[in-house]
Amino acid sequence: MPFIANTVEQQKQMLADIGLKKEDLFADIPKELIAHSFNVPKGLSEQQVRNHLAELAGKNSIDLTCFLGGGFYDHFIPAAVYSIISRSEFYTAYTPYQPELSQGTLQAIYEYQSAICRLTDMEAANASLYDGGTAMYEAMMMALRITRRNKVIIDDGVNPIYRVMIHSYTSNLNIRLEQTENTSGLCDRRQIVEKIDNDTAAIIVQNPNFFGCIDDFTDIAEAAHEKGALLIVSCYPISLGILKTPGAMGADIVTGEGQSLGMPMSFGGPYLGYMATRMKHVRKMPGRIVGQTKDRLGRRAFVLTLQAREQHIRRDKATSNICSNEALCALTALVYLSLLGKEGLKETAQLCADKASYAYQRLTAIPGVEPHFKAKWFFNEFVLDLPREAADVIAKLIEKGFAAGFPLSRYYKGMDNSILISVTEKRTKQEIGMLAEALESVL
Amino acid sequence: MKLIFEKSVTGRRAVGTSPKDVPTTINIQKKLLRRRPAELPQLSELDIVRHFTELSRRNFGVDTNFYPLGSCTMKYNPKVTERIASYPGFTHLHPLLPQLRMGGMLTQGALQVIYETDLLLREITGMAGFTMQPMAGAHGELTGIMIAAAYHRDKGNKKTTVLIPDSGHGTNPASAAIAGYKVTSIPTDKNGVMDIEILKKSLNDEVAGLMLTCPNTLGLFNPHIKQICDLIHRVDGLAYYDGANLNAIVGKARPGDFGFDIVHLNLHKTFATPHGGGGPGAGPVGVTEKLLDFLPVSVVVKRSDGTYALEYDRPKSIGYIAPFYGNFLVILKAYVYILMLGKQGLERVAENAVLNANYIKEKLKDYYELPFDGICKHECVFSASKQLQENDIHAFDIAKALIDKGFHPPTVYFPTIVKESMMIEPTETESKETLDAFIDAMIEIAETAKKDPAKLKEAPITTPVSRPDETAAAKDLNIACL
Repeated sequence: MPFIANTVEQQKQMLADIGLKKEDLFADIPKELIAHSFNVPKGLSEQQVRNHLAELAGKNSIDLTCFLGGGFYDHFIPAAVYSIISRSEFYTAYTPYQPELSQGTLQAIYEYQSAICRLTDMEAANASLYDGGTAMYEAMMMALRITRRNKVIIDDGVNPIYRVMIHSYTSNLNIRLEQTENTSGLCDRRQIVEKIDNDTAAIIVQNPNFFGCIDDFTDIAEAAHEKGALLIVSCYPISLGILKTPGAMGADIVTGEGQSLGMPMSFGGPYLGYMATRMKHVRKMPGRIVGQTKDRLGRRAFVLTLQAREQHIRRDKATSNICSNEALCALTALVYLSLLGKEGLKETAQLCADKASYAYQRLTAIPGVEPHFKAKWFFNEFVLDLPREAADVIAKLIEKGFAAGFPLSRYYKGMDNSILISVTEKRTKQEIGMLAEALESVL
Repeated sequence: MKLIFEKSVTGRRAVGTSPKDVPTTINIQKKLLRRRPAELPQLSELDIVRHFTELSRRNFGVDTNFYPLGSCTMKYNPKVTERIASYPGFTHLHPLLPQLRMGGMLTQGALQVIYETDLLLREITGMAGFTMQPMAGAHGELTGIMIAAAYHRDKGNKKTTVLIPDSGHGTNPASAAIAGYKVTSIPTDKNGVMDIEILKKSLNDEVAGLMLTCPNTLGLFNPHIKQICDLIHRVDGLAYYDGANLNAIVGKARPGDFGFDIVHLNLHKTFATPHGGGGPGAGPVGVTEKLLDFLPVSVVVKRSDGTYALEYDRPKSIGYIAPFYGNFLVILKAYVYILMLGKQGLERVAENAVLNANYIKEKLKDYYELPFDGICKHECVFSASKQLQENDIHAFDIAKALIDKGFHPPTVYFPTIVKESMMIEPTETESKETLDAFIDAMIEIAETAKKDPAKLKEAPITTPVSRPDETAAAKDLNIACL
């Protein structure tokens, strides 16, 4: 039998040794509860299962040139990333409860926390959350705990997938969620400031926002702080290679999707929710945190710390229910950021922006294709209005070998002709040119 | 060991970026840019590979040696599942593709994996349908409780409380509280299972449900489990099965047959996907017929023409709990594992997991106190109270001494209902030779505890660091190198 060590002979020997019969092992389960049905097919050999899965993998279209983003991106991943995270001492370990046996995982998480702080200009980061959406939900819950208030304002430019997730999570809770419209591509300051009152716990914004537009939220942070509210910023980490940091804007909690830091798109997961905050809020932060200390002999050592916040100690009073997180994905992000390094991340972010602006010029030169927003600055994504329904154009471009973008009508009313196009450093000038030609031909 | 940031040399590079093949057409306004680049390491690729290789050598995984961490099911993670999860046909797939018009046809292979895993898990648990979206066990718990809340809202029930035995995992009360419920703890009786008389007294119309793991965290199967589910149903509560311990009964008995309404599974436990040093996991949630409408969107369905599609139009659904379809690659690995074991293999899993646990229990019970004797399931719980009383040796000291003998310690101080607890879960993938070596090590430690207890207080001495100062870590907080 695959993966079961003992031979039938050994099993018999062990049973005899402890004075039991095979049927004794499950004698404590009442007879009427023994499975009525168990129709799982017969087992496959390794060769059979690999053939079967190769066939299924072949039914997925991965040869489309990808201009699809929406918060999840096709970036280049250096070979050394996979090589390092495939060390089985990392991936076959559990949560580092025994620090003496887990210094590898613990130091890596400490370094990951440091890298996230350096990237966002914040003071404290946790060891990871599931994904960008649950990280945003956790940030919101954290703000409610810190301020002991009840209302949250969320901008329309925040990834709509995350907004619907937050709606689901709060449906059984007594929380007031208020949305502000985003019609110009940038947050509507007037609407936001009007909504901030003495019961407002937080304002949630995103940079670059779902439409790709870049903003500076310094004024919103000031307006929030004036009324005792917090600013939560969701950030695309690659963009922080060049863009103003949420820390410099005065954000109180920063979250985001870390997939772009060395994780393939993988049909939606595993991904990485990152979270960073100010030191003064660290005891209200959810998730595991690694701290540096010394061992008995004064050597540098790392441990899980501030565990009194967590579910295994505090049970129903814990800051969150999170236990398993995305540790291996956090390691992936650290390895990726190390391989790119200080200059490489900046260059990669700049390449994304340059290629996107080139694509923008090429595509808006097509008759009938217009930019949707007045907002001038974008990072690596932008919204265009087409002369026809975007969903239909995208379907036609799939036939020509492009995942050309995302139709905004799926989440925004009145944007039937709008397409969100994303360009990473992986796309070449030639591919951008071919997309422009293909788009022109189907309009 | 130095931090990666401390090794940095100004100007050194690892991976170079591709040359720019487009003209610069827009210069982003300066006030929107960061002033200085982020201070990331500046190292060569070899520097980085060596740094992480050294870190990996300061780590212990299942591939290193026996890892009997109770409640965590640290079984072997087959290499073939890792290989398959690296196929570009899966890794290069953008999750938004099926949301494009006709886009579902571009991801038929991935949708089939999700759909078939759902069918297999239904058969294994006796539930009517699953969501694959929860990204960990605790996330599954929260999803399950949200489904329960939606059910009660739909029926107009005014429910406020979730019941949880005191032996339950900490995530249970935390998940119930986060979903908006009050938690009532039910004590354990003298036989080591939830006290059914106290449960009866705690039942009233306010009870939304009960969260239970079976076998429980003492490794004991509750013989009244069906009666308990019936009692919960009598107040229109829902019975929630925490599947953390499914490895004990997989292929033998099914929570659906016990009367449970909601089940979460930990694919990274029973279904052999790696724990990754604390994740990623996956925590699919299964429900009975009456709760199917409340599952999160989207749901993968099979059309009459044999193709797979995502269904979003489900008015009673609790909505989105994940951005997409769950931790897809983890689901894929579990799917491969189930296909390889098949019916017969899965039946042998529980048999061997239970045999291995009982073997350890019988061999060690003369040396360590066994608070609840009798047949255990996949794990056994000892107490170090004898060693504590006689020689001031704690479970903690025994754990550290095991490290010097080359083993990962069991879970200690959980479950909290046993003083100085040591929770040992061997799993079916370990051989008799490994178990015997572990048993010998435990017996030796029990003897050292009597003869030379001071020696145990110094352990471990073979590791890169020994007993870190955790109090100082929390007091002089240093959680990032800035």
